[in-house]
Amino acid sequence: MLTDAPAIVTARLGQPESWTLRSYLDKGGYQGFRQALTMTPEDVSKEVLDANLLGRGGAGFEAGKKWSMLAKPRPAYLVINGDESEPCTFKDHMLLEGDPHQVIEGTLICAYAVGAAQAFIFVRGEFALGLERMTAALNEAYEYGAVGQDIFGSGFSIDLVVHPGAGAYICGEETALLESLEGKRGYPREKPPWFPAVKGLYSQPTIVNNVETVSNLPWIVQHGGKGFAALGVGRSAGTRIFSLSGHVNRPANFEIEMAKTTFRDLIYDPALGGGIRNGNELKAFVPGGVSAPWFGPDQLDMPLDQDAVGKAGSMLGSGSVVVMDDTTCMVRAAWRITQFFHKESCGQCTPCREGGGWVDKIMRRIELGGGRESDLELLLDVCDNIAPGLRWPPAKTTICVLGPSIPSSITSALKMFKDEFLVHIKEGGCPYA
Amino acid sequence: MARLSPENVQRAKDLIALYPQARSALIPILHVAQEQNGWLTPDVIAHVAELLDLEAAEVYGTASFYDMLFTHPVGRYLVSVCTNLACMINGAYELLAHAEERLGVAPGGTTEDGMFTLEDVECIAYCGGAPCLAVNWRFFGPLTNEDFDRLVDDLRNGRLDEEVPPHGTLCRVRRQAPLPTAPAHGAERSPGGLGLGG
Amino acid sequence: MPDIVIDGKKVEAKDGEMIIAAAERAGIYIPRFCWHPRMKPVGMCRMCLVEVKGPRGFALQPSCYVPVAPDQEIVTTSDTVKKAQDGVLEFLLINHPLDCPVCDRGGECPLQDQTFGFGPGESRFVEEKRHWAKPIPINPLIALDRERCIQCARCTRFQEEVAGDPMIDFVGRGDHTEVNIFADKPLASNFSANIVQLCPVGALTATPYRFKARPWDLDVVESTCTACAVGCRIAVQSSSNRLVRHLGVDSDPVNHGWLCDKGRFYYEAVDSPARLTNPLVRKGDEFVEVSWAEGLRAAADGLRAAGASVGVLGGARLPNEDAYAWSKFARTVLGTDNVDCQMGDGLPAEAVLGLPRATIDEACSAPATLLLGPDLKEELPVLFLRLRTAALDGDTKLIELTPRPTAMSEHAVVSLVYRPGEAATVARALVEKSDQDSRLARAAEALRGESETGEGVVIVLGRPSVAESADGIVQAAAVLARAFPGAKFLTALRRGNVHGALDMGMAPGILPGRVSLDEGGAWFTDGWGAVPAQRGLDTLGMLQAADQNHLQALVLLGADPINDFPDRALARRALAAVNFTLAVDCFRNDSSRHADVILPVAAFAERSGTTTNLEGRVSRLSQKVTAPGTARPDWMIAAELALLLGGDLGFDTLDSIAAEIERLAPSHAGLTPRLTTGDGAVVPVAARGKTSSNGQTGEQIEVNATFAQGETLMPENDPDQGETPLDRPPSASDPAEGGRPPLLRFTPPPSSRTPPPVDAYSLRLVSGRRLYDHGVLVSHSPALAQMVSEPVLRANPYDLDQVGIKPGQRARVKSPRGSLLLAVHPDPAMPRGTACLDVNLPGEGPAELIDATAPVTEIRLESVGGAG
Ligand SMILES: Cc1cc2nc3c(=O)[nH]c(=O)nc-3n(C[C@H](O)[C@H](O)[C@H](O)COP(=O)(O)O)c2cc1C
Ligand code: SF4
Ligand code: FES
Repeated sequence: MLTDAPAIVTARLGQPESWTLRSYLDKGGYQGFRQALTMTPEDVSKEVLDANLLGRGGAGFEAGKKWSMLAKPRPAYLVINGDESEPCTFKDHMLLEGDPHQVIEGTLICAYAVGAAQAFIFVRGEFALGLERMTAALNEAYEYGAVGQDIFGSGFSIDLVVHPGAGAYICGEETALLESLEGKRGYPREKPPWFPAVKGLYSQPTIVNNVETVSNLPWIVQHGGKGFAALGVGRSAGTRIFSLSGHVNRPANFEIEMAKTTFRDLIYDPALGGGIRNGNELKAFVPGGVSAPWFGPDQLDMPLDQDAVGKAGSMLGSGSVVVMDDTTCMVRAAWRITQFFHKESCGQCTPCREGGGWVDKIMRRIELGGGRESDLELLLDVCDNIAPGLRWPPAKTTICVLGPSIPSSITSALKMFKDEFLVHIKEGGCPYA
Repeated sequence: MARLSPENVQRAKDLIALYPQARSALIPILHVAQEQNGWLTPDVIAHVAELLDLEAAEVYGTASFYDMLFTHPVGRYLVSVCTNLACMINGAYELLAHAEERLGVAPGGTTEDGMFTLEDVECIAYCGGAPCLAVNWRFFGPLTNEDFDRLVDDLRNGRLDEEVPPHGTLCRVRRQAPLPTAPAHGAERSPGGLGLGG
Repeated sequence: MPDIVIDGKKVEAKDGEMIIAAAERAGIYIPRFCWHPRMKPVGMCRMCLVEVKGPRGFALQPSCYVPVAPDQEIVTTSDTVKKAQDGVLEFLLINHPLDCPVCDRGGECPLQDQTFGFGPGESRFVEEKRHWAKPIPINPLIALDRERCIQCARCTRFQEEVAGDPMIDFVGRGDHTEVNIFADKPLASNFSANIVQLCPVGALTATPYRFKARPWDLDVVESTCTACAVGCRIAVQSSSNRLVRHLGVDSDPVNHGWLCDKGRFYYEAVDSPARLTNPLVRKGDEFVEVSWAEGLRAAADGLRAAGASVGVLGGARLPNEDAYAWSKFARTVLGTDNVDCQMGDGLPAEAVLGLPRATIDEACSAPATLLLGPDLKEELPVLFLRLRTAALDGDTKLIELTPRPTAMSEHAVVSLVYRPGEAATVARALVEKSDQDSRLARAAEALRGESETGEGVVIVLGRPSVAESADGIVQAAAVLARAFPGAKFLTALRRGNVHGALDMGMAPGILPGRVSLDEGGAWFTDGWGAVPAQRGLDTLGMLQAADQNHLQALVLLGADPINDFPDRALARRALAAVNFTLAVDCFRNDSSRHADVILPVAAFAERSGTTTNLEGRVSRLSQKVTAPGTARPDWMIAAELALLLGGDLGFDTLDSIAAEIERLAPSHAGLTPRLTTGDGAVVPVAARGKTSSNGQTGEQIEVNATFAQGETLMPENDPDQGETPLDRPPSASDPAEGGRPPLLRFTPPPSSRTPPPVDAYSLRLVSGRRLYDHGVLVSHSPALAQMVSEPVLRANPYDLDQVGIKPGQRARVKSPRGSLLLAVHPDPAMPRGTACLDVNLPGEGPAELIDATAPVTEIRLESVGGAG
């Protein structure tokens, strides 16, 4: 079921040349920022706090609360996370290409609210068109006077830099992103310090927010934080983009009201996913990026509510839902996700670096026909050594949560489809191949 | 082979000026270097190290962390087939197998004429178009085997020269905005000598 | 000081320290691989996971990364902890080759030990392991086996964080990560082999040590490195009476466990086939081996014939006791005050001994530290590391006063570059408060930051260049000492025990214990029976006198003036002119070629004694192996020659010399043998007492602290067991008591030599030493000899342009003294008007160009065309 909530961040995407300044201004662009400039930074922050805007990058931390933790010694920096690399997530990609001015405007509002000295928009390196659109839009925005010195005569000044990444999933993790932005290998930083807001880029207090998160800001400023919080339910306020992919008839990004819509709506509503291809049965789905434990058909009526999904043992994460129908080999699916983490581990932590490679090899063996029954126990025990207790949210033996994400797909598949593993082992290979 | 051209040295300097600390410009400069040569030649790595006052080992070590930065030659077209979950369950490995056969190279390989390098990659955030691929990070999908063949022909015949620049060219739009004014801080360097009486 | 609770036990922690360190002091050892007490934590290996209580209950945390906090609760022994640690260990082993039997680390490998202690018995990993080509050289001294690497980042961190030479880095990502250099660019660092010691497995091995010995065959003693005057503490290891390895020992006040590569590998020279094994006497143009009786007789005859017309050169490489013996021998038996342990390349003894001395720790924590001396990275490498770290950590501010950029320049808040000969001019501008250039103003502000008198400021004072006279430097020091009466000086002289030799009176006009001949003459006449009435000549004076036939004989104590004295022509003429030369040395050298008698001596690690570093810290040298042939300690030779010449030095054991030094040398009053164990003690001890480690402890190496067999100093002296029988209570705690003469105080000499006006067509030369030159230690250590680079003259491109020299060309370099054909390198960092050519022994070098009597060395360059 679709609610009558307005499209907040995707409203302009259908416009012709939606990425140009002209098109953006035609549709009320930069009004939110202009309005913010008439407010105090504290008042802007207050609206965002009231909005209950949860971060859209994966961790789901309240944006307003994060800003309030910014440590005093300045300069502070603002970094916008456009590294989007969580498999099957493609919403930021769309926003960067389709509505770059909205990203810039959101960044400007955030920079104003937190008093940043400079802001960087970190764009995943592979997004060539996104980089071109963002750079062109930034040139336009400078020309227009929205960025730079004494913006719109307000006395507020800020410089923005579009920074290209170079291909490494881990750089989406905010501290790895900062290392990368410092021109280094993308190694996540160990805690403490617990938050970049205390010590971030160049060891200065830094706010890191996701592209979609800040894209909400122009609307929030114009409609008030309460207006935003009125959408959705409780902490899951506003609308959110879900990247729907896999075996659905209409794989795409959909902006829908949070908590008031269910996974069933998302997958089956004709205006959304439009159901499973070829009329096949749903076997399982990934509810929030491949780091998240899987759900089965029995969870279809779960609302798209951050806390509800969390309580059910998974997460909305990056907002990507991958649908797998009954033709899917679950060993293979889990193995592919395992391969991903193995390849993308930065390599710092022994359990992630070595453990990821090890479980990849075991999964490969099972899928290709060298599995042994004892491998199932071994898999779980190795996973347990990466994420002790195999709880949710996971406990860590590592620096960042990439490591503890490794077990998600394996334990999900083992829990939900143990039989399939046994068939692989017994038949010496994949029955679906 | 080929250090940075004078024009690209200037681009590198402009990039350095964008950041409070010079090293932040490393990856953007490496993209420029890759745009110039198609890959990161040893000479260019040494040159970039000089420009940033780093050791070549640091530049090399950093570059090697990132999948988009190549320290060995690649073809004019880097064909990156996504095989991650959404694409896999929509036939990505079949597409990859076709690509291998059509180009005559395994993933990681480059065709003899130096036109194509094939690789299988993690999710390229184009899952709505699964199975999909990128050529020099310009995205195509969903693709059938026939679509793939046509794409290769078009690339070979220059019909896509507009859309797909040669490998290494990432962002064809240059920043025109003035340089940032934020204070540099952190690793501030002391100025050189004081020659009293000379 | 927060109290924390570890495993139910209350532990007093130090502010800011990591849990792992607090636990270790409390006797709870948490396993670790990446953590190192002297480097910043990275928390990468995850071996040190423990449970720490937080707001949401206990959670696994890396104890190397989480700082202590009041009332923190930590559990290190739970099942959760044990499982996590076992898991990490298993992960580390799955791709490890387990080739322990052929690994140099086998037997002393933490990974092996942990596995033995805690690890699972059988491998659950049945797949193919990761493979890398192995081993590969990363420089001539180190081989890398990437299969054994456990990615702890100790090597990369050391090179980046401590040494500042980040030429080794992680390459690749995930489980394809390796450490490596870039292409063929070797790890060119003066400190590279520290990474071998740091590597917790056998991934990095020292090429000179590879397969030489197994850890369980090694004998070890603790000693002090004498390759330079920093005096790093080392563990000297031998196998079958051959030295095979030096390891750095973590001494809190001195080296923090680090060594330079020269200090680490010069033991090879001890074992060199070129060592002298028997006395040699000249017969015509040849040297023939003779017995000691004959050799000593020949030496005595030659010296007797010369009478007091003799000079004693060298001694800066001898242990204190030997230097004392020769000092006494010269004064009482030869009757001369012509003694000098410096080769005209240091500073006047009055300045070294007379200025208030600072310690390394004081320099590293001073409100400001002014460097006026050589490029420390080349000449006193580990002092460079200490100061670099201090500057980076913000513990001190460095100000540099230098004739050329050095490795430290980038860490200095201000680098004031002076034209050779004009150090004092810049020093004056610095202390005068008017009309200051902004950089001068910043430097002055740093120096006066905490007090007008420069209280606590440390001035590191050495000889920036042998191509300008020491005069200008002493004048500059005088200016600074006057302006900053609260400042102390750390003298940055290079040779191993030059500070000890000076303390022992190996300089004209100076008697043992830092007293002048004038003020101490009477005391030593009492103690020794006689001292010369007249102040003698320094090395320059002796060589000039010899050249003019005013000196009959020379004694070379491990000295090679032809190569070490800045003015080679003068040294050559002097040695050719004297009637008789006695060389006492481990090796032949260019100077002893002119000798009449050569007596072979025991080298480092072949004898015991004490040595003194640049702080005045006296610490032990320990014997580990026996000397080759009949070579013997220097002091014995002095004692026996004394007898042959009708005198008597009055001692026949090392201990009796040490006792006499304590009794007679005022600066050494109270220096009992017990004080010289371990980190040693800074003299005068009355002023400082025994410096105890101020807390931070480094990584421990197991060294049984015994002090060598045979010819010994205080045998089996356990530092904790109090005074040994040989120990007497200090004669007096205050040197000035008991009738002792007062310690020397520095009075600046009048400036004698002013530099000539600047000549627009010439450049002023700067010459320092590099870590690797063809000096004795390096050229007789095969591992080090290969590290020497070709001499090049560096100058500003502008200056080269002026005379039409193109990059890559050779040039004719001329001074009033001589001329050389040299490769020339344009270096934009060089100040205009100055050119740099480092000493490159024993080949052609600046010694051909320098006139030791001139205040500066002016050179001209002429293009000769062609490629260099
Ligand atoms: C392994 C890993 C990958 C991540 N990738 C991304 C990403 O691609 N994009 C993103 O915005 N956040 C990503 N995050 C989350 C960021 O660390 C961070 O929480 C987020 O950028 C903060 O922005 P937000 O509060 O606006 O969501 C990732 C986190 C982890 C642990
Ligand atoms: S958990 Fe994995 S990805 Fe995260 S820091 Fe550790 S090794 Fe890197
Ligand atoms: S010792 Fe703590 S993580 Fe390595």
